[in-house]
Amino acid sequence: MANESPLAESAPTRAGSAPHERVVLDDLGIRRSLVRIAHEIVERNEDLGSLYIVGVPNGGVPLARQLADNLREITGIPVVVGILDTTLYRDDLLGSGERPPLRRTEMPSAVDDRIVILVDDVFSTGRTVRAAMDALIDFGRPRAVQVVALIDRGHRELPIRIDYVGKNIPTSRRERVVVRGREGTLEGPLEVVVLSDGGEER
Amino acid sequence: MKGRDLLGIEDLERDEIERILETARHMQEVGRREVKKVPTLRGRTLINLFFESSTRTRTSFEIAGKRLSADVVNFSPSTSSMTKAETILDTAKTLDAMDPDVVVVRHKVAGVPKRIADELSAPVINAGDGAHEHPTQALLDLLTVLEEKGRIDGLTVTIVGDVLHSRVARSNIFGFQKMGAEVRVSAPPTMIPAGIEALGVKVVTGLREALDGADVVMVLRIQKERLEGAYFPSIREYSATFGIDRAKLRFAKDDAIVMHPGPINRGVELSHDLADRRPGVVLDQVRNGVALRMAVLYLFAGRRGEPPKEGRS
Repeated sequence: MANESPLAESAPTRAGSAPHERVVLDDLGIRRSLVRIAHEIVERNEDLGSLYIVGVPNGGVPLARQLADNLREITGIPVVVGILDTTLYRDDLLGSGERPPLRRTEMPSAVDDRIVILVDDVFSTGRTVRAAMDALIDFGRPRAVQVVALIDRGHRELPIRIDYVGKNIPTSRRERVVVRGREGTLEGPLEVVVLSDGGEER
Repeated sequence: MKGRDLLGIEDLERDEIERILETARHMQEVGRREVKKVPTLRGRTLINLFFESSTRTRTSFEIAGKRLSADVVNFSPSTSSMTKAETILDTAKTLDAMDPDVVVVRHKVAGVPKRIADELSAPVINAGDGAHEHPTQALLDLLTVLEEKGRIDGLTVTIVGDVLHSRVARSNIFGFQKMGAEVRVSAPPTMIPAGIEALGVKVVTGLREALDGADVVMVLRIQKERLEGAYFPSIREYSATFGIDRAKLRFAKDDAIVMHPGPINRGVELSHDLADRRPGVVLDQVRNGVALRMAVLYLFAGRRGEPPKEGRS
């Protein structure tokens, strides 16, 4: 983001005072949500052999893997898992500042005629899902696209609907919602945290 | 990226080089897709300003720009008003008035891209200037070595050939050293620039010794017309002493890779069988060139004026 961006001003504050943290979903809660969502997916789709789970990095990837494991357990049918970075499809890329880092994309098989389940960690404005759908369509023509989000925090800016929600968490725009694991990674037990005071608006 | 422009590897910090290489590795994935195009630079204009012809480099930038959905305009002296004695800086100012988002410059005189960058509000990418630098070539060489070897830190890189006239050699010397490799150069003494040791490289005129323990053998192109007679007695003699073939390659490590920026003079600086060896590193260099240039365009295009002090993603 550019220096003149009002968003950048919050950075020193964030570094200066420790933001207030509130855990809104712990590891067990996350796992339960993903089991329930897996059942909902099975309920809503007949052709389970066409499922293709696609995680949006970074947070969506461990969730997509967990969801695919759950689906395998429930149905006995192996499920393909892909990773789809949306950075090159973002609508806010070209300011004069630094470009956001790219992340991994790994789409192990074609998406043509598949039922693609996009998995994101925190759903808010809808812009990431918009970008993800554009990216997905560059890989082929899915039969259907459905969206899973672990957290829906509101503040929609685009007419995009979500199909499976882990938990609705009303937040203020000044707060941030992050999924995190052990020591800032996405390994180990995960939790969803709301950061306020000094967090950036999003 | 700290600077607005990419003029030389000499100006880059190690973490900036790493950022470019990391970005390029993700761009490689785009090149493997069936639809090799992403909308990132849609509505942006890339001008290829090539005062010196170079089909390979220009095409590589052109494909890179197109894969990012930029509008690519090629501008070269033969098709422009340069023949009407318009000065380089006038041309630059005219181009600037067309509001490009990034300008790629190649010129046979060192320093021209820098002078043009001083006039433009758009970022400038140096695509080779005289014997000064060719940063994207060095970066793609780094990317290729990283892929082949899994690391650059601790490797021994031997550059063989006309270091004196080579911007590729200079950029690679900076690049590989910044990334932690040991760089040696080997050539007839007439083709080693005076004082090059100041850059931190080891000059080893004996090829056998220069190749001993090398992980990477980087062969430079010999410009026959320019060099024969003046810098070495004959092509045949150069080839016998410094031309890389299977027999000489045995001095290097068993798993050493042979690189060449192209186009190759077969049988002169590189033997036919090594030039055609499959899987060959040379074609990987070309393929990596597109991904690397996509990374550079992604990171630099559209930036104007002074860069911000702190990046945020």
